[in-house]
Amino acid sequence: MKKFKEKLSGRIFLLLALSSISALVLITVFIFVQGLPIIAKVGFFKFISGMEWAPGEGEFGIFPMIAGTVSVTLGAALIGIPVGICCSIFMAELAPEKMRKIFRPAIQLLAGIPSVLYGFCGLIFVVPLIRDYLGGPGMSILAGSIILAIMILPTIISISEVSLIALPRHYKEGALALGMTHWQTILRVQLPAAKSGIVAAVILGIGRAIGETMAVIMVLGNSVAIPESILDSVRTLTTNIGLEMAYASDEHQQALFATGIVLFVIIMILNATAQYITRKKHSKTQNKRKSNETKNQTADR
Amino acid sequence: MQNKIEIKNLNFFYNEKQVIRNFNLNIPANKILSVFGPAGSGVTTLLRSLNRLCDLSPEARSEGEILLDGKDIRSPDINVTELRRRVGIVFDVPTPLPMSIFDNIAYGPRLKRKKKDGKISETVELALRQAALWDEVKDRLTVPAMSLSGGQQQRLCVARVLALKPEVILLDRPCSGLDPISTAKIEDSLTELKKQFTIIISPHNTQQAGRISDRVAFMLMGELIEESTNVEVFKNPKDQRTSDYITGRFG
Repeated sequence: MKKFKEKLSGRIFLLLALSSISALVLITVFIFVQGLPIIAKVGFFKFISGMEWAPGEGEFGIFPMIAGTVSVTLGAALIGIPVGICCSIFMAELAPEKMRKIFRPAIQLLAGIPSVLYGFCGLIFVVPLIRDYLGGPGMSILAGSIILAIMILPTIISISEVSLIALPRHYKEGALALGMTHWQTILRVQLPAAKSGIVAAVILGIGRAIGETMAVIMVLGNSVAIPESILDSVRTLTTNIGLEMAYASDEHQQALFATGIVLFVIIMILNATAQYITRKKHSKTQNKRKSNETKNQTADR
Repeated sequence: MQNKIEIKNLNFFYNEKQVIRNFNLNIPANKILSVFGPAGSGVTTLLRSLNRLCDLSPEARSEGEILLDGKDIRSPDINVTELRRRVGIVFDVPTPLPMSIFDNIAYGPRLKRKKKDGKISETVELALRQAALWDEVKDRLTVPAMSLSGGQQQRLCVARVLALKPEVILLDRPCSGLDPISTAKIEDSLTELKKQFTIIISPHNTQQAGRISDRVAFMLMGELIEESTNVEVFKNPKDQRTSDYITGRFG
């Protein structure tokens, strides 16, 4: 009887665990089943390189959206990565303990703000500023990049900070004992040593920027066109789905799912890269330890 | 006998806890001084305060004077980075930096090079020879320092300090994780090195203190119990507590 209970509870937990995995599988399958026919019909290359998006007339080319996603993400990365990394260095190395106690929860709070509020603030503050001082419609790549840069900060800061803090204490002490200044220690020893963690942080941040929908819908202007300047309005892959899903049907709906496939694949590649980088670092140190042990053994003999 | 370092009335606190009490000690140049005592006696704190690595803990506070060549290293106009190059330290665990063997040693000298120092590779080779590591690593200077064995890593750390051409070398239980052969190699090179440097070591046992030191200081609960020549302290200790510790009655 006891054995049966053990077995039963094991099975129940397995079932619950499977349900989350199966959600992933179901969503993946669903997106692909819905989206693949239209890709097959239009042709994969034509679908991603086509310049025309006119679902009513059977034109399904998402290149303008890919260009929009790339340009907005690039802008967000250019603003967000330097700020985020510098902030994480400050938090891990320079900030006094009291300030750290305020900063850390504040940055986590930044991650908790609903994205629609980011978009709203962008629309009310950032867009008019750009329109008044730089010209153009205001709803633009620049506005989207600024908002996204703020949104990806918590991801970049917290992961980079953790990887800096996790460094063995002796790196810092050894470097200082060599007569390096604090700055030299940070730039030449601690940053290189934490490199893989910081790169992973950046990739995850970029992944978040690519996937963001609500905030960018509100500040990008959403016109389907290849942008010529950072003040132009664009539409991203995510906003394309978000804007049209409500009224799309048939082939139009399939084309939106196909857009989702492209998005899905990009995010998967980014996440896999981030995991690969962190794991590679891990296995490297393990291998070293192993080879050390064998060396020591041979030395002992 | 010339004094390299003079410690006068040093008191050291972590928050409210006092770890060094009214400490007075003269450290002669070009000798090996062993400072030993049971764990928690303040030996590590003493060593680390000699190049102000203690400053890294925000809760640390100290009073008194530490004179290096007659100048107080605790005064505000001392350049701490410069001080740490003059007073090098080897820690109780090997602390190679995440780079190649060559770069680990070349790093310090590269930061502050003068023309007359000659080629960096010569500096590295000399340092490795002095630390008795050259023969083992000369064919693989570009491999990561982390791939060396523990004993080799520790000698690498000694070489790294030597490459800075310091005046004083602090060794905080440098052989605690090492096998007897690596320990012997490090001890041999220390005896050779004292001609050029002033060496202060926290030995990992009293036998080691007896083997290598010229003078010996015994610390207990943050106080200096006695300091004298090697022979004097071990053969003829003045204080009962010293003799109890040496003979293994406690500690």
